[in-house]
Amino acid sequence: MLDQLEKEIVQYLTPEGKLTSVGELAWGEIPTDLKKQFFQWMTQIRIFDRKMILLQRQGRIGTYAPLEGQEAAQVGSALALSQDDWVFPSYREHGVALIMGMPMQQVILYWAGRVEGCRPPKGVRLMPPAVPIATQIPHAVGAAWAAKLRRESYVSVAYFGDGATSEGDFHEGCNFAGVFRLPAILFCQNNGYAISVPFSRQSASATVAEKASAYGFPGVCIDGNDVLAVFVTMSEAIQKARSGQGPTLIEAVTYRKGAHTTADDASRYRPSDEVEEWIYRRDPLVRYSLLLQQDGCLTKAEMEEWEEECMQKVEKAVKIAESFPKADATHLFAHVFDSLPPSLEQQKEALQHLEGGYPWEK
Amino acid sequence: MGEMTMVQAINDALRVALKTDPQVLILGEDVGKNGGVFRATDRLWSEFGEERVIDTPLSEAGIIGTSIGLAINGFKPVSEIQFLSFIYPGFEQIVSHVARLRTRTQSAFPNQLVIRAPYGGGIRAPELHCDSTEIFFVHVPGLKVVTPSTPTDAKGLLLAAISDPDPVIYLEPMKLYRSQKEVVPSGWYEVPIGQARKVRDGEDITLITWGAMVPIAVETASKWEKEGTSCEVIDLRSLYPLDEETILSSVKKTGRAIVIHEAPRTGGLGAEVAALIQEKAFLYLEAPVIRVTGYDVPVPMFALEDDFRPNLNKVSQAIHQVITY
Ligand SMILES: Cc1ncc(C[n+]2csc(CCOP(=O)(O)OP(=O)(O)O)c2C)c(N)n1
Repeated sequence: MLDQLEKEIVQYLTPEGKLTSVGELAWGEIPTDLKKQFFQWMTQIRIFDRKMILLQRQGRIGTYAPLEGQEAAQVGSALALSQDDWVFPSYREHGVALIMGMPMQQVILYWAGRVEGCRPPKGVRLMPPAVPIATQIPHAVGAAWAAKLRRESYVSVAYFGDGATSEGDFHEGCNFAGVFRLPAILFCQNNGYAISVPFSRQSASATVAEKASAYGFPGVCIDGNDVLAVFVTMSEAIQKARSGQGPTLIEAVTYRKGAHTTADDASRYRPSDEVEEWIYRRDPLVRYSLLLQQDGCLTKAEMEEWEEECMQKVEKAVKIAESFPKADATHLFAHVFDSLPPSLEQQKEALQHLEGGYPWEK
Repeated sequence: MGEMTMVQAINDALRVALKTDPQVLILGEDVGKNGGVFRATDRLWSEFGEERVIDTPLSEAGIIGTSIGLAINGFKPVSEIQFLSFIYPGFEQIVSHVARLRTRTQSAFPNQLVIRAPYGGGIRAPELHCDSTEIFFVHVPGLKVVTPSTPTDAKGLLLAAISDPDPVIYLEPMKLYRSQKEVVPSGWYEVPIGQARKVRDGEDITLITWGAMVPIAVETASKWEKEGTSCEVIDLRSLYPLDEETILSSVKKTGRAIVIHEAPRTGGLGAEVAALIQEKAFLYLEAPVIRVTGYDVPVPMFALEDDFRPNLNKVSQAIHQVITY
């Protein structure tokens, strides 16, 4: 896994919090407000993520897919998008969802087993998490196609993991994107593992990015724990897509610090020295905080104040989610069809008239 | 042998098969080092090595498609699809090739393979993990489809599937993976494919079901027993081929039948069983054959899964309907 970082990859900010020479240039161009937002969002989603794990442990939500470690990849890419861009996430992109405007309580509801958590507010072009791996990739490409056919300037992003690149849907999506030269961005968070299976078992190619050349468009491999490299690379890809120059495959090399989901035990398959390297030396938030402090953009006190604010936001969202009225059983039949066929009407009625009152209940 | 849960019994069956038959291979996502997400292949990778217990790339079409190539060369791949709900990329391979290979080559090559997959709800799993789509496979000529409801059957059916000369879809009810422990015979034994199991004797009604619905049928039967209605419970175990003999002789005795399944109603296996009964035991029936099933809606996320699934109340309502007909 670490071998990949030794290869040529785009890096603006080193794990020690130092800007590289390209990083220096980019830093000068980024408005202060945005610099703060990188920190604020990474902090926000980390605090959210930790709370979700806690809620799962307490039985207040179901199985949850943690993202800690992948904040820079999600924040750097999502903050480069605009309101009318389309996003097709997998199940780990809570950070992306929040940035695109999904209310936090809805993300919580989703993991509490409520389908209402899938529905984005009006004006947010965000699809529900794609649970079957790689299936969202062709959707994103189709949405990009719509932009091209309508001569609109939005772009469409598919988020997926390294494991997804082994599925046919990845190939088929990339191929369409290349053939029709669509404004699509294929954003792969390569966190080194698909549950327990290392990237070396997904592909005999050294990187995901190099696969793009076979589809006839560029692929870039970047340090996915470096929010600046992610943001700048994503912005360039978006710019290209908007100006009719076709798709880009971005491979953000990152690591999930925790387990695949709360039902997984990552110590069964990841060596502890590797885990420690990523947790203690390559953390995306730590390195960015170091930079901000050196730069004077935000003081330590301001950062702590923000953390406090984030915690309150999360607590509030949990409260709202948990006071959401319990779904009625008949909600099973809502939104299945535009209007229910008679046989389904009957089934719904049968459910409503389900009677208890059997002798053993008395 | 000590007591085992169903998932341990499956693990034991795989171990026995790997030990006994050098042609058996295990393929799948996370089946190696991790031992499977449900631990069905726990420790097999370290015991038998990575050439026999193989972590594959994340690709169901790849797993099932390459299984065919291995099988025609005499291997006996037992592949794991992590959840039945994720089998679809491999569906093409199953329908067009796994099921038809014997016919299309006129039995020129062996095609001895097993596809295992956990299925069904009731465990608060994430969205899109819980479908019961057994009927998709039952409907494809050339496939056998089995599902156990006890640890002993789980092991015996899996070994029968592995030694069967035809491809078998082996479905594992997730809800029952760890719900019950029992003493499971050691070594190789088989539960013949095509034989149902009478779980409970009864006189008044036959409850026909399989997989995770078996305990619900049994629970309901014991409640009604106390109220003076006696239910016979049949666990089909083999969804294709069906054990017509066991079904029909029971219904001829009781004169009433209820089929219970978790899958949606329309076109489910319940319809097939009901049709069989009316074709072959019509004159014995005292009441119409009733189905208690999931609704014809997408399997819900877990907040509503209890409302979706058949339960004591729903089966009781059907029993009441049938005995008062
Ligand atoms: C088609 C399909 N097959 C299998 C699964 C089970 N599964 C869920 S996540 C996962 C690993 C995915 O790895 P990757 O694409 O690298 O994404 P990550 O979880 O690392 O973010 C697997 C095998 C699934 N959800 N869909």
